[in-house]
Amino acid sequence: MASASMAASPGNWAAARQGTGVAYVEDPIRAFAIATMFWGIVGFLVGVVIASQLAWPALNLGLEWTSFGRLRPVHTSAVIFAFGGNALLGTSLYIVQRTCRARLWGGEEMGWWLFWGYQFFIVTAALGYVLGVTQGKEYAEPEWFSDLWLTVLWVMYLLAYAGTIMRREEPHIYVANWFFLAFIITVALLHIGNNVSLPLALTSTFSYAAPAGVQGAMIQWWYGHNAVGFFLTAGFLGMMYYFIPKQAERPVYSYRLSIVHFWSIIFLYIWAGPHHLHYTALPDWAQTLGMVFSVMLWMPSWGGMINGIMTLSGAWDKLRTNAGLRFSVTAVAFYGMSTFEGPVMSIKAVNSLSHYTDWTIGHVHSGALGWNGFITFGALYWLIPVLWKRARMWSEALIAWHFWLATLGIVLYITAMWVSGIMQGLMWRAYDELGFLQYSFIETVAAMHPYYVIRALGGVLYLSGAILMAWNVFKTITAGEEVEEARVAAPAAQPVPAE
Amino acid sequence: MPTKIEKDAISGQMTTGHEWDGLKELDTPMPRWWLWTFYATVVFALAWVVIYPAIPVSGLTGLSGWTARGALPAEIAAERARIEPMLARLREATPGEIAADPEMRAFALAGGRGAFNNTCAGCHGAGGQGALGFPSLADDDWLFGGKLDEIQHTIRHGVRAGESDDQRGIAMPAFLSTGMLNAAQVNDTAEYVLSLTGRATNAEAAGRGEALFSENCASCHGERGEGNRDMGAPRLNDRIWLFGGDKAAIMRTIAYSRAGVMPSWQGRLDPAVVNMLTLYVHSLGGGE
Repeated sequence: MASASMAASPGNWAAARQGTGVAYVEDPIRAFAIATMFWGIVGFLVGVVIASQLAWPALNLGLEWTSFGRLRPVHTSAVIFAFGGNALLGTSLYIVQRTCRARLWGGEEMGWWLFWGYQFFIVTAALGYVLGVTQGKEYAEPEWFSDLWLTVLWVMYLLAYAGTIMRREEPHIYVANWFFLAFIITVALLHIGNNVSLPLALTSTFSYAAPAGVQGAMIQWWYGHNAVGFFLTAGFLGMMYYFIPKQAERPVYSYRLSIVHFWSIIFLYIWAGPHHLHYTALPDWAQTLGMVFSVMLWMPSWGGMINGIMTLSGAWDKLRTNAGLRFSVTAVAFYGMSTFEGPVMSIKAVNSLSHYTDWTIGHVHSGALGWNGFITFGALYWLIPVLWKRARMWSEALIAWHFWLATLGIVLYITAMWVSGIMQGLMWRAYDELGFLQYSFIETVAAMHPYYVIRALGGVLYLSGAILMAWNVFKTITAGEEVEEARVAAPAAQPVPAE
Repeated sequence: MPTKIEKDAISGQMTTGHEWDGLKELDTPMPRWWLWTFYATVVFALAWVVIYPAIPVSGLTGLSGWTARGALPAEIAAERARIEPMLARLREATPGEIAADPEMRAFALAGGRGAFNNTCAGCHGAGGQGALGFPSLADDDWLFGGKLDEIQHTIRHGVRAGESDDQRGIAMPAFLSTGMLNAAQVNDTAEYVLSLTGRATNAEAAGRGEALFSENCASCHGERGEGNRDMGAPRLNDRIWLFGGDKAAIMRTIAYSRAGVMPSWQGRLDPAVVNMLTLYVHSLGGGE
């Protein structure tokens, strides 16, 4: 192993794969990759549907099951927990084995339990939403029975993950694993903390939440914000720290930066939730703390962006030839943009304009479409050929098409929501010269219509790109030829001569 | 991997000597601008915490003394103080006096627009354009009159709002369901109503309907369907229809009646706001 890997550039997985002598668990990871694609398309499709419902309300079809209120949580949960969750589970289980040089704790069976258990959770949750079974807490809609199931599953995930790290053959724990572990542990805390409730009966799908009123709201947004912080940020940073150095075939830019930004993110993020409750019944002191912790999060978040982008120094030319890497790097750029926008929006004066408007929706989607989506696409374009032992993806041109369609889709989406949201906020607070409100609510709704149409169009583009990707993945798996020495490393980055 | 520190030829940085699955790390120092910006945000946060309430102890508000609860009443009081003199004048004045005074009129129109959009637009539409069953306020076809005082009266007392002294509780009979007319007679009456705007589809039926109309409808709607504002009986000889003007809609109206309802706003709205609404509705296009 030693000599083989020293001679290889960091990205030459074939060399890294050989000689380790470890029988890595891979089949469940393949299943996670397929599930990521599947749920991604489901989630994006439902997103297009509900975006269109906002532009053309007749599309609610007059049925309770297809109304916006029921379908919106289907969309958010499908993209965050089904698409994002499968991506996180799959890549984390892949990465932890490789970077620890250890087989997954619990083996194949554990992998399959996690896979099917997680799909079961997704399906029960989504069915509940459509049928009106919901706790009514944003991003924590599943009722108590789904929550219990996920709790059991998550503990198994933690055991598998930590167990694999414990039996590692490497002296140190790779940075990606710090982030994944933080994600797993904190999501467990958040999930349990925000779902403490008493079922009406063991046969009832209804439950009462333990905290009520403003305490309930505070716990909900402690959960909600850290779902962003630890699910969508820490977890995906774990992906970033593995796949960008792999794709760029360069060492990580700064180990020190990774330590400091890891611990500062972990410490600061957990306090930032109250910025979701500015100007509400939440006490002033909590609002102040929510704001200042959000402002302090700016640089810790950017530490990840710097480490991602600067890892490319010396390998920028690869962006021309490696469309998958283009996804990963653009993802980090969007990550930087939304982690700057977030602290700005948490400032109370800004929040008084942005809160409750489409600006928030635009902000979320620059993160979700740009960061989470793109880093996942980039990771899958690297991982699919590796998992199925193919030389490369079936079509590099389709990846490029996917990239430009999706990028254009995001641009349409977020610019439409910025304009619409800021306009909405300004209209709500517009006074005429005599001091009267200038617009009624319905006038703001009417004014937003064109932007809702543009947003839906952006969603269609993003969905189209994902469908191209699914086709590309399908052809790679079915039409490509299996190779043992797959993925000829692109002209190696500068070798690292020993001194 | 055993620790093996190397020098990266591109960046000139040393690696940390660790390796995982072929991945290595450089030991690049943290960018100074990053570190200093981080420190600056921490300083900002500390300063903010000192100035604004940040400690969960009652009475500890921070150096500025600002609290949301303290700031709001002051804002509201300032705003009330600003508009109160004008509201007082609007309360005392008649709509006619307001219309004659440019200052009061401008204030009433601006305030009336906001009040209209919050109070009236839900039924009458944002520009008063109306909808099926809800009269347009932007045309000159008035049910209860379009003069300033008449509009004010309608806003104050509403329509079929259940006030004890309500002059506007009259409802059209449901001619078919009460047995006053049979189905054929409803059809004939509807044909006659259509003929008032030259749209009868059956001249013979319309002819039979004329007598029925005279007997059953004319007392409110007038002999030639010209309407009656005292009762709020709509004009039937124009092309403006509150509940639809095709034959099916007219037959349904005759057979089962219609009775739109508007709340009375007297007592719910400040009299100054009622006056502002009066001026605003009058200005929408149909004021008399």
